[in-house]
Amino acid sequence: MVMGRCAACKYLRKACPEDCIFAPYFPSNNPQRFENVHRIYGAKNVATMLKELEPLQPYLRAQAVETLCYEAESRIQNPVYGCAAIIFHLQQQIHNIESELAKLRAEIAILSSNGHGQASEIQLSTDQVHEDQSGSSSKAPNWFI
Amino acid sequence: MKGTHAPRSSSSCAACKLLKRRCVPTCIFAPHFRSDEPLKFAKVHKVFGASNVSKILSEVPEEQREDTVSSLAYEAEVRLRDPVYGCIGAIAMLQGKMVELQHDLAIARARLSSYGHPTSSVSSTSASSYAMLEDHLGEANFAGFPACSGFSNGFSQSSTEFISQHGTTGGFSYPPYIQ
Repeated sequence: MVMGRCAACKYLRKACPEDCIFAPYFPSNNPQRFENVHRIYGAKNVATMLKELEPLQPYLRAQAVETLCYEAESRIQNPVYGCAAIIFHLQQQIHNIESELAKLRAEIAILSSNGHGQASEIQLSTDQVHEDQSGSSSKAPNWFI
Repeated sequence: MKGTHAPRSSSSCAACKLLKRRCVPTCIFAPHFRSDEPLKFAKVHKVFGASNVSKILSEVPEEQREDTVSSLAYEAEVRLRDPVYGCIGAIAMLQGKMVELQHDLAIARARLSSYGHPTSSVSSTSASSYAMLEDHLGEANFAGFPACSGFSNGFSQSSTEFISQHGTTGGFSYPPYIQ
């Protein structure tokens, strides 16, 4: 039956059975969504991934499809890095904020223990801390796996 | 030997070994999937499929293929570890961590100000960079992910703009897999 096919079956030019694994997640009114996912992952891989998820928890499959759609779109927009670029930038930002936070906490610790009358000496020492940390943060983070 | 055949490579790459085919000198996978790293291609193949990877690689300049393979391998690894959320789960976790750190930073600055200590010496680089990132990520906040189910509409548009503008980081190493 031609009417009522999901976007996946329309794209793949096949009949859409009642138990089509794609139908709940790829409605026919948004064909681009499936095209993107198929382009990056392939329909067969997506079907396999969905089938491996717990069928009694359909929301998991819905979430998986959402994330796959997003990652596919990211990869199409940026074929080299995909959504990994966002992860990298977030990691870098976190590293920078943590460095800044460490510096502030050091200043607070010194001020709270010595009293802030020695502000100028403290500024000199924290500037040195900042330079040290800036030097290390300008290099690539020491990732480890 | 029957007919004409491509010269047999002395050692097949990991891709051709897995796909059980001859590894020709012009194999697109060979430079990036060495035979001593079979798992790397196996994971990428499981998630993306060999033909899709080949298409993706053929669409990027040769000098960027190594980075492309690295990012594909990373995404595949994360997806296999977290079949539901993949890299999005990692992004959501990192966003949440950033929100917490920004909160801690604000508290620290306020406390420092209470000492009458000037905070102008604090580098503004990270603050402005974060503001830039925040602009690109838009209103979407995945700190509550996976509780938040309708994220894609708000997130995808702004984040893909971010990716297209800032994706070319060039030769970076990958962060540890986020648990």
